[in-house]
Amino acid sequence: MAHAHSKYYVPKPSYWPLLGCAGLLTFFVGAAHWLHHVWYGPYLLFLGATIVIMMMIGWFGRVIHENRTGLHNDWVDHSFRWGMTWFIYSEVLFFACFFGALFYTRLWSVPELGGDVHPITHILLWPDFTDQWPLMRTPDNSEFTGPSSLGNTWGIPALNTLLLLSSGVAITIAHWGLRHGKRAVLIVSLIVAISLGATFLACQGMEYYAAYTEHGLTLNAGSYGSLFFILTGFHGAHVTIGATILTVILMRCFAGHFTPDNHFGFEAATWYWHFVDVVWLMLFVFVYWL
Amino acid sequence: MVKQEEMKREKSAFAFVGRALACITIMIPTAALALADDWEINLPRGVTPMSRDIYDLHMTIIGILAVIGVIVYGVLIYTIIRHRHSKGAKAATFEKNLTLENIWTLIPFLILIGMAVPATLVMMDMDDVTGADLTVKITGSQWKWHYSYLDQGIEFYSNLSTPPDQIHGDAKKDAWYLREVDRPLVLPVNKKVRFVVTSTDVIHSWWVPELGIKRDAVPGFIYQAWARIDKPGTYRGQCAELCGVGHAFMPIVVKAVDEKTFSRWVTQQEKAHPAPRITQWTMETAMAKGKALFDRQCAACHQENGSGIPPLYPALSTSSVTVGAPISRHIDLVLNGVPGSAMQAYGPQLDDADLAAIITYERNAWGNDTGDLITPDQVRERRSTQRTRQDNNQP
Amino acid sequence: MTMPTQEDAIPEQPIRNGRRGLVGFLKHWLFTTNHKDIGTLYLCLSLTMFFVGGAMALVIRAELFQPGMKVIDPDFYNVLITMHGLIMLLAVVMPAGIGLANWMIPMMIGAPDMALPRLNNMSFWILPCAITLLASTIFMKGGGPNFGWTLYAPLSTTFGPPSTDFLIFSVHMLGISSILGSINIIVTIINMRAPGMTWMKLPMFVWTWLVTAFLLLCIMPVLAGTVTMLLADRNFGTTFFDAAGGGDPLLYQHLFWFFGHPEVYVLILPAFGVISQIIPTFSRKKLFGYGRMVIATGAIAFLSLLVWAHHMFTSGLPLGAELYFMYATMLIAVPTGIKVFNWVATMYRGSLSFETPMLFAVAFIFLFTFGGFTGVMMAIAPSDYQYHDSYFIVAHFHYVLVPGAVFAFLGAVYYWLPKWCGRMYDETLGQWHFWLTFIATNVTFFPMHFLGLAGMPRRIPDYALQFGDFNAIASVGAFIFGFAQLIFLYNVIHTIRSGKKASAQVWDGAEGLEWTLSSPPPYHSFQTPPKIER
Ligand code: HEA
Ligand code: HEA
Ligand code: HEC
Ligand code: CUA
Ligand SMILES: [Cu+2]
Repeated sequence: MAHAHSKYYVPKPSYWPLLGCAGLLTFFVGAAHWLHHVWYGPYLLFLGATIVIMMMIGWFGRVIHENRTGLHNDWVDHSFRWGMTWFIYSEVLFFACFFGALFYTRLWSVPELGGDVHPITHILLWPDFTDQWPLMRTPDNSEFTGPSSLGNTWGIPALNTLLLLSSGVAITIAHWGLRHGKRAVLIVSLIVAISLGATFLACQGMEYYAAYTEHGLTLNAGSYGSLFFILTGFHGAHVTIGATILTVILMRCFAGHFTPDNHFGFEAATWYWHFVDVVWLMLFVFVYWL
Repeated sequence: MVKQEEMKREKSAFAFVGRALACITIMIPTAALALADDWEINLPRGVTPMSRDIYDLHMTIIGILAVIGVIVYGVLIYTIIRHRHSKGAKAATFEKNLTLENIWTLIPFLILIGMAVPATLVMMDMDDVTGADLTVKITGSQWKWHYSYLDQGIEFYSNLSTPPDQIHGDAKKDAWYLREVDRPLVLPVNKKVRFVVTSTDVIHSWWVPELGIKRDAVPGFIYQAWARIDKPGTYRGQCAELCGVGHAFMPIVVKAVDEKTFSRWVTQQEKAHPAPRITQWTMETAMAKGKALFDRQCAACHQENGSGIPPLYPALSTSSVTVGAPISRHIDLVLNGVPGSAMQAYGPQLDDADLAAIITYERNAWGNDTGDLITPDQVRERRSTQRTRQDNNQP
Repeated sequence: MTMPTQEDAIPEQPIRNGRRGLVGFLKHWLFTTNHKDIGTLYLCLSLTMFFVGGAMALVIRAELFQPGMKVIDPDFYNVLITMHGLIMLLAVVMPAGIGLANWMIPMMIGAPDMALPRLNNMSFWILPCAITLLASTIFMKGGGPNFGWTLYAPLSTTFGPPSTDFLIFSVHMLGISSILGSINIIVTIINMRAPGMTWMKLPMFVWTWLVTAFLLLCIMPVLAGTVTMLLADRNFGTTFFDAAGGGDPLLYQHLFWFFGHPEVYVLILPAFGVISQIIPTFSRKKLFGYGRMVIATGAIAFLSLLVWAHHMFTSGLPLGAELYFMYATMLIAVPTGIKVFNWVATMYRGSLSFETPMLFAVAFIFLFTFGGFTGVMMAIAPSDYQYHDSYFIVAHFHYVLVPGAVFAFLGAVYYWLPKWCGRMYDETLGQWHFWLTFIATNVTFFPMHFLGLAGMPRRIPDYALQFGDFNAIASVGAFIFGFAQLIFLYNVIHTIRSGKKASAQVWDGAEGLEWTLSSPPPYHSFQTPPKIER
C-alpha cells in the first residue's frame, strides 16, 4: 500500500475467467462420467482440459501483454507477488492433508489394528494382523493384498532427490544470470533445470512400473499403497506442472520478456519449483526413508 | 439525508415495546404448556452412576451459564431501555477501558477452569473399563443390532418390531412406536458391564440415554463403554449415527433384571434354539411368513413392492436372480450376501425356515410367479455345501 | 477524509447505463471485473439459494410435523438433509459473506477495486457451476447423496450412491472458488489500502475478513484433499478409510472436521464483522475496545484450527485426546466472550435507535450468545455423550447459524442496501420482517433443545410418539419463518425498483470511507486513493 499518487490498473471486463469456469465444469463433469464408464466421459474431460489450457494461454498472454505495455506498476506487481505467495500457501496445506493422513495411519490406526494401543480390536477382529510399516500384510489380506517387496530407498528415490535438488540449484543459477544480465547462463541453467525435472518424472515412471510389476505395490495394496500413490502421484503432477511453467518461462526468456529488474513471472515459477522441491524432501524422508 | 428522526421515532419505540410484548406472550404459553403437560424437556437422570454424574455436570453447567446469561442479558436490556436515542440519550465517548477488558477476559477463563475440573473427573471415570463383571459385544449392521455375551456364549440379533403398516399410517401406532424390538438386550443390575462396540458395515452409534452411554460403532475397530445399572427396568434408545435409509428404524431396548432372573435367563438361552419344527410347509404359510419377514428385513432396501432403488438396491421384481437363475444361486446369494456391497450375508442371521420363506416369497410375489416353493431342507443343504463367508467382521 | 475526484475514471470501462439489450446485459454480468458487480452477483446467488435451501428445510419440517412416514421416503429425506446442509453453508452463508466483502472492502479501505479483478470474476462464476453440479445430483439415477453434509465414510464410500462422485467434484469446484476468492481478499487488504489506512484503522469488518480469508486458505485445500481420498476409496480401490486395508473411518472424520470446524467460524467471523459495524452506528458511539476485538478475532481463528475433534467425542478417541479437545474448545468462549462484552459495552450509554439493521444486530447478540452457551455445554466432553447427534446439536447450530450468521447478513443488507442502490428500504416492512423472523426462529429452534435432551437423534425422518408435540411446534415455526422471508424478498425488490432516494450518509451515526461516497457509489470509487486524516 501507500503507493501514493500512482494509479492501480483495473483490467477491463474479460471473458477468460468465464471460459475457465466452463472449462473446469466440463472437466469435472467429464471426469465423473468417465468414472461411471459413460463413453463420452473422457472426451468431455479432455475437452474441459483443453478449454482450461486455452484459457490460461489467453489470460496469461493478456497479462504478459499488459505487463509489457507498461500497465503494471510496482503496486500491481505487489498484488501478483502476494497472490502467488498465498496460492503456494494453499498448495502447502493441500499436501499437509495427505501427510496428516500418513502420520495418522502410521502412528494411530495401524498400531490400533495390530493391538498395540488397545488389544481388544486386535483380539476380536484382526487376530492375524500385526503392526508394521510399511504395511506388507493388510488386516484383510485376501481382499487387499499387501506388497510382496519394496523398492530400495537408496535407489531411484535417492537419485530423484538428487535430481530435484540439483535442479533447484540450477534454477537459482538461472536467476542469478537473469539478475546480472548474463543471458547465456540464464538459458543454459534453465534448460538444465527443466531437463532434470523431466528426468525425475521419467525415473518416477520407472519406479511406478516396478511397483506394479515387481513389488505388487498397487493402489489396492492397503493403506501403504494408497498413501504412497496419492502422495507421490500428486507430487508428480506438481512436478509436471512446474516443469511446464518453466518451459513457458524458457520461451519467454528466448523472447526476451524479462529484464534484470522486471521478471516477476520468472520468480513466481522459481518459487513454485522450490515448493515442489521441499515437498519432495518431505516425501523422501517420510514415505521412503523412515 | 433520510433523517432517522423522521422515521417515526415515537411510533417505532412504541412498536418495539408492543412487539416485544407480543413476542413474550407467544413464548410464555409455549413454555408453560411444555411444563404443564409434563413433557420431557430435560436429560433423564438415568439409572447408572455415570448417567447421574453426567446429569449433575449438565445441571451445574446450565446453572453457571444461566448466571452469565442473566448478567449479559441484564445489562443489554438495561441499556436498551435506558439509553435510547428517542428518549434523548446522549452518547458517551469512551471507547476503551483496559481494566474492564482484562476483567472480562480473565473471569470467563476462570469460570471455564471451574467447569473443566468436574468434567475431567467424569471423563476419566467414563474411560475406565477395567474390572468388568460381564462383557457384551455389540455389533451394528444396517439396521439391526447384534449382541454377543462373550463370557456366556449367547448371541442374537435385535430387530425393530414395529410393523410397517404403523409406519405408513395404515394402523394405529402403539405406545412404543419405533422403540420396540423383537429381542431386547438383557443385563443384570449392580454389575459392571463392559460393552465392546463395533460394526460390520457403516458407522452406527449405540445410545441409551438412561445408561449415559453413546458409543460409535466403527467398522473394523472396537471401542468400549461400560455401565453399572442400579435399577431394574426397561430402557430404550436409538442408533445415533446416520447409517442409511433405516437409521430411524434401529432402536435399542435394554432390560435390566436382578441377578437371579439374569442367571435364569442365561440358562434358558443355553437350552434354547432347538431346530424349529415345521409341521406343514405349504405355499400359503411360506408366503405369509415370507412377506412378514421380507417387509421387516429386506424392504428397507428392496422396497415392499420389490422395486428396489436402482441402481443402488436392485429391483427383485425384475431380477434375473429371483426369476431366471437356478434356485441354488438365489439361495446362495441371500445366504452369503454380496461382499463389498450393502447386501449382507443373511445365513448367520436367519434360520433355514425363515430363509426358505423369504426366498419363496421373492420368487412368487410382485408378479414373479415362478411357482417355486423352497423348503427349509433346501436351504440347509446349500448351507452345508457352502462355507459361509468367514469374514472377521461378521459377528 | 476527502471525496475522490471522479474525473479520473478510466474511460475505457463500461458505464453502467451504457449497456443495451440482452446481449449487453449478459456481457456486462458475465465478464465484469468490477467489485460491486461481483458483490451483487454473490448476494443474488446467496439469496436465491437461501430460498432453495429453505424450501428443502420446509419439506424436512413437513415430514417431521407428525410421527409416521408421510411426505417423502426415508432415502429422499437423507438426500434433503444433505443438500440442505451443504447448500445453506456453502451456497448461502459463504457467498453472502464473500458478496459483502466484495462490495464493502474496497470501499472501506479506499481502494479502486479488488487487487485481482479478473480472478474475482472467476471465483464467482465457478460457484453457480459448482452449485448446479451439486443440485443436479438429486435427480440422478440411484438418488442423490444421502449421508449428511459431513459425508462420513464408509457410508459415502462403499455405500454411497453413484451421484456421490459428482458431489465430490462439485466440492472440488467450491473449494477452488473459495481459495481464489480468499487469495483475492487477503491481497486486497494487504496491498490496496489507501495511504494512511494503517492496520489499526481498518474497519472491523475488514479485519474479520482478513482473518476469515486466511482461515479459508488453511482449510479448503484440506477439504479438497480429503474428498479426493473419498473419491479414490470409491473408485480406485484404495483403503484410506477402510480398516480391512489398514485405514480408518475415523481418519476421514479427523480430516473432515479439521475443515468443518474452522468452516463454521468462516461463516460467523464476517457476521461478527457486520455486527461490529452496525452496533456503533446505531449507538452513535465508537466501537468499544477495538484493539481487543482485533486480537479476539485472531484468537478465535487460531483456536478454531486446534479443536476439531470435539465433533468426535463419542467416536472412541483416547482419554488424552478427549481432554485436550475439551479444554481447547472451551477456550474459544474467552475471545468470543470478549466480542459479546465489547458489543454490549459499545451500546452501553450510547444513544440507541432501533432501525431494522440494529434490531437484527441486537437479536444477534441475544441469540448467538445463547447458541454459544449450548456450544460450551457440548464442549464438555462427558456431557456431549448425551448431546451428540441428538436434536440438541441441531438446536445449537441453528442458533449460531440462523440468528447468528443469517441475522447478521440480513442486517447487513438493510444497513448497506441504501448505500448500494441509493434507495431507502421500507422501514415498516423491515420491522415486520424482523419481528416475524425473530419469533419464528425461536418457535422453530427452541423446542429442539427439549427434543434432543429427551433423546431424539438427529437425521431421522420418523420418530417415537413422545416427540410429537415439540416437532409440531417446530414445524409451524419453520413455515412462519419461510413466510417472513417472502416479506424480505418483496422489500428488497421494492427498494431497488422504487424506494425513496437515500442520501450519501444514510445513517447519522455511521462512520467510514464508504459513507463518503454518494449513494449509489460511483461505478469506480477511489480511482485515486482518498486522503485519510487523523
Ligand atoms: C456459525 C457456526 C457455529 C459457531 C459460531 C459455533 C460455536 C461453537 N460451537 Fe458449534 N457447531 C456448529 C456451528 C457453530 N458452532 C455446527 C454447524 C455444528 C454441527 C455440525 C454437525 O455435526 O453437523 C456444531 C457442533 C458443535 C459441537 C459438536 C457436538 C457434537 O457433535 O457432539 C461442539 C462441541 O464442542 C460445538 C461447540 C461450540 C463452541 C464451544 C462454540 C463457541 O465458539 C461458542 C462461544 C460463544 C459463547 C460461549 C457465548 C458468548 C460468550 C460469553 C458471553 C462469555 C462467557 C461465557 C462463558 C465463560 C461460558 N459445536
Ligand atoms: C446456515 C445454515 C442453515 C440455515 C439457515 C438453516 C435453516 C433451517 N434449517 Fe437447517 N441445517 C443446517 C444449516 C442450516 N439450516 C445444517 C448444516 C444441517 C445439518 C445437515 C445434516 O444433518 O447433514 C441442518 C439440518 C436441519 C434439520 C435437521 C435434519 C435432521 O437432522 O434430520 C432441520 C430440521 O428441522 C433443519 C431445519 C431448518 C429450518 C426449518 C430452517 C429455516 O431457518 C429455513 C427457513 C425457510 C426459508 C428461508 C424458506 C423460504 C422459502 C419459502 C417461503 C418457500 C418459497 C419457495 C420457493 C420460492 C421455491 N435443518
Ligand atoms: C442394506 C440393504 C439391503 C438389505 C437390507 C437387503 N439387501 Fe438384497 N441387495 C442389496 C444390494 C446393494 C444388492 C446388490 C448387490 C450387488 O450385486 O452388488 C442386493 C442384491 C440382492 C439380490 C440379487 C438381486 C440381483 O438382481 O442381483 C437378492 C435376491 C437379494 N438382494 C435379496 C435380499 C433379501 C432376501 C433380503 C432380506 C433378507 C435382502 N436382500 C436385504 C441390499 C440389501
Ligand atoms: Cu444405525 Cu443409525
Ligand atoms: Cu466445531
